[in-house]
Amino acid sequence: MKIVPGAICEAGTSRVNKTGGWRTFKPVYDYDKCIKCKLCELLCPDSSVRPKEDGYFEFDYNYCKGCGICANECPKSAITMVLEEK
Amino acid sequence: MAYDMKMDKHKMVVVEGSYAVAHAVKTCRPNVISAYPITPQTHIVEDLSQFMADGEIPNCEYINVESEFSALSALVGSSAVGARSYSATTSQGLELMHEVLFNVAGMRMPIVMTVANRAVSAPINIWNDQQDSISQRDTGWIQLYAENTQEISDMTAQAFKISEDKDIMMPCMTCMDGFILSHVYEPLVLLEQDITDEFLPPFRPDRILDPRNPMTFGAFADPNFYTEFRYQQEQAMQNALKKIEDVASEFYDMYGRHFGGLIDEYRTEDADIIIMAMGSIIGTIKDVIDRLREKNVRIGLLKVRAFRPFPAQAIMNVVRDAKVVVVLDKNISLGMNAGALFIETKSVLYNTDIHVPVIGYMIGQGGRDIPMSTIEKIIADAEEVMRSGIRTESQFTDLKEELI
Repeated sequence: MKIVPGAICEAGTSRVNKTGGWRTFKPVYDYDKCIKCKLCELLCPDSSVRPKEDGYFEFDYNYCKGCGICANECPKSAITMVLEEK
Repeated sequence: MAYDMKMDKHKMVVVEGSYAVAHAVKTCRPNVISAYPITPQTHIVEDLSQFMADGEIPNCEYINVESEFSALSALVGSSAVGARSYSATTSQGLELMHEVLFNVAGMRMPIVMTVANRAVSAPINIWNDQQDSISQRDTGWIQLYAENTQEISDMTAQAFKISEDKDIMMPCMTCMDGFILSHVYEPLVLLEQDITDEFLPPFRPDRILDPRNPMTFGAFADPNFYTEFRYQQEQAMQNALKKIEDVASEFYDMYGRHFGGLIDEYRTEDADIIIMAMGSIIGTIKDVIDRLREKNVRIGLLKVRAFRPFPAQAIMNVVRDAKVVVVLDKNISLGMNAGALFIETKSVLYNTDIHVPVIGYMIGQGGRDIPMSTIEKIIADAEEVMRSGIRTESQFTDLKEELI
């Protein structure tokens, strides 16, 4: 591997760094409350909310850092932040 | 090589220094200009704004931003997409950019920025010294200092050419003394459009930010890689040493004007005393030298044009046979009781076979006038050093002890 001046490289290379380990609280869905409004997917700063085939969403815990924006913004309080237990 | 300046008087006009710079920028065909006002730089971006309003800068975006931090950050984006990018600032504005200056250099963006040198607060002072840009010397920007309005105008085109060279790709600050050059009206030749189009080819970087071909710019570099990026930046600076000389020569061949490459010399051939300085003070020093040469004082001038990269070898070549070197600094490194040019000149002479005494004067702080009589007093000190050695290595000049 050679480095390129300016630290320019292909897009998406940060995927190798699974940064979900930084998390203290993790978001958990209550699908009974979810109305599929997509706000959590749109607002997640790390693209860690993924759509499922049934129209609901799931979290990609490999990259979710537990910032809690999704839980804060969910209009139905369908997302709860739960303390991580290692 | 001897340079014979062929100034064409029919092409000369009397304009303000800031206008000359703005006109030079226009002539370099920029694609993005970011603007935030701060005295004494404001006239430059005002004149550019007028050019934009008059439709004289095609294919260019002029962005009014909300701070100097934003001014330079906006250019990080524009330079990444391959736009020739320009801004101008000074003093507190430049200091506010500090963090972004490192990013621009680390991301290897050949942005050119004019600094209308001004003192830094506190106490607040809008007049000229060079503390602002000198304080940014380690950020990875090439720094060139101009002697007069013709030089700062010409330097603008040279700066783009140096910075955009594939072996360099480093940003450049072109520094002009605030007010003394930015607000003075002098006759000069405005940068010629036809020659500049030939001198400065369009900016075509190897890699650009483009959604059709996504790339990461300024990626994370952990301890396994970071050192190598810093090494590459230093290599680029070393490459710039030659490029600055080459570009100045090429500029002379095409435009007929030359104000030095890394350095310039004036009457140094047989000089016992060499005065070193940067910026507009050069003109005053030349007049003093002419006066003293008539009295058979063997004195010459070493004008430092490039402060970064630092022209160590060029300086050594000039001062090798001198009996004393006097360095004038419009800045101070507090805690060293010395100016930066003095400190660095001394440092490059250590570990060599050159053993010339070097003395330093911090001068013209906050725009204090530098009359010829002050330079003459300094030279009298230097003659005393030749006779009996150094008493005071570095000192303030024209200090008003009665105020303290």
